[in-house]
Amino acid sequence: MIKLAKVSKRFKNSDVLKSIDLEINRGQRVALVGSNGAGKTTLIRCLLGEYNSQGLITIDNQDPREFRQQVLSKIGFVPQLPPPLRMPVGQLVQFAASLCKSDKERMNNLAEKLGFDARAFKHQPFVKLSGGQKQKLLISIALGRDSELLVMDEPAANLDPEARHILFELLAEKQETTAMLISSHRLDEVSSLVNRVVEMDQGEIVLDDNVSDLIGMSSKLVCSINMLEADPAFAKALSIWGFKTQANETSWSGVIAGPDRLKFLGMLSRYSALISGINMSENS
Amino acid sequence: MKHLWLTAYNDIIESLRARWFVVYATVFGGIVVILFAFGLSESRIMGFTGLSRLLVTYIQLSMAILPIFVLITTVRSVAGDREAGVFEYMLSLPVSLSAWFWGRFIGRFIIVFLPVFIAMAGAVGWGVIKGSEIPWNLFMFYTGLLMALSWCFLGIGMLISTLTRSSDVAQGAAFITWLVLLLFLDLILLGVMIQENLSPEMAVTLALVNPMQVFRTATMMLFDPQLVLLGPTAYVILDNFSQAGYIAYAIIYPMVFGMICALSAYFIFKRSDLP
Repeated sequence: MIKLAKVSKRFKNSDVLKSIDLEINRGQRVALVGSNGAGKTTLIRCLLGEYNSQGLITIDNQDPREFRQQVLSKIGFVPQLPPPLRMPVGQLVQFAASLCKSDKERMNNLAEKLGFDARAFKHQPFVKLSGGQKQKLLISIALGRDSELLVMDEPAANLDPEARHILFELLAEKQETTAMLISSHRLDEVSSLVNRVVEMDQGEIVLDDNVSDLIGMSSKLVCSINMLEADPAFAKALSIWGFKTQANETSWSGVIAGPDRLKFLGMLSRYSALISGINMSENS
Repeated sequence: MKHLWLTAYNDIIESLRARWFVVYATVFGGIVVILFAFGLSESRIMGFTGLSRLLVTYIQLSMAILPIFVLITTVRSVAGDREAGVFEYMLSLPVSLSAWFWGRFIGRFIIVFLPVFIAMAGAVGWGVIKGSEIPWNLFMFYTGLLMALSWCFLGIGMLISTLTRSSDVAQGAAFITWLVLLLFLDLILLGVMIQENLSPEMAVTLALVNPMQVFRTATMMLFDPQLVLLGPTAYVILDNFSQAGYIAYAIIYPMVFGMICALSAYFIFKRSDLP
């Protein structure tokens, strides 16, 4: 679906992309990882036809620069930093839905599913929403339309665990028909969402590998934790993950999204000295 | 066409909520209020009294502040949007570049012209309520001139925004552009240049090329039909154009100049990196 051949991009005296070769097919979910300045954003902008570049870029055999509207009508995009738009939420949804030939109610329903009531905020300027609300709305706009490629820059960064789980479910619904390119600084943030990893460093692809995708994106893990003693900071962290406790606050239980297991275990590791027992089992 | 109007509408909504627009609208509305408050409509100068006197003063003030306002707000918001990532997101949606660019241009034109026009129309409306004699010819003529001046400087502003990559550079370039045009507005400077052996034809050409000078001369024409204030240049202008011809030129030329700038901006925008 996506083909990049010998793609290079130069800004003044610096080569930001150096002869990149990459092919991505439908059904592939690719993590684009790398540190700041690796060239991830530039690569995405070239794919979206926003930058001129040397070499060949095609999406379904069409140059995104030349066949801009046709190509972009197939791509749902979530940027890393939400744009500081002053227009009201309702106006933004209406505008995006009209351009993408979609239905604004479809986008509003998705936002509601993610925990953001876009209808209630329709008169609120987009720029005045919280980081999480903006992220949810932009995800709803990207997913609430027919697309064949999803390009997302740190899509789950500002989301709470519940919204993350719903996002994983929404992505799971699209994974057979849609290619996904998910950019992140860290692999552990997106590893559970993808089946292929492309790592960039200083404008070059330094790693291109498949990853095991045994974890279903819509799977859930039932989890119970026993602690040696109650701890307010740990209690707060578990509450954020939606865990419930008994009266003594030493036994906790809850459900986490399957793709979130690495992130959850990372959080638990900070309190490992307090934990006396953990049980995690997949709930099919 | 639908995308063009959607983009224009969006730009209007964005601008209406921007701080610069509040300042911009307040300045022009404030000028009219101040002119009324100071009783300018009651005073008399060169035979002008009532609303005509107020409109003459309003148009002179507009000439001084409209160009720099339009230039700075245009380059600030366009280049600022690019820097802040608005272009990156909005241009990832399936909108054609022509609909996006011209939609923004039209939206921006409406937003810079309307406050100036509404302030002037408000003055006329107040005159109607008070039963004053309304100088409709003057009103129509000034509307045309303000429209042409807004269009012209909007085109220049869009060109500067497209050529520069940061809002700081864009603002600097806009200010210098305005300053250069302002310098050539100064008849003293033109006089010095003639003293330094600049041919009179060149001086007249400069006066005819500078959209601010064209606007100024045209507004002068109404209360000084022989252009006595302009000195010998007046002969060349009146001989070559006639009064009606020059008024038409003063409306058409800035619009064409602004359109050339906007078209150049569009072609550069289309070929360059977008965000």
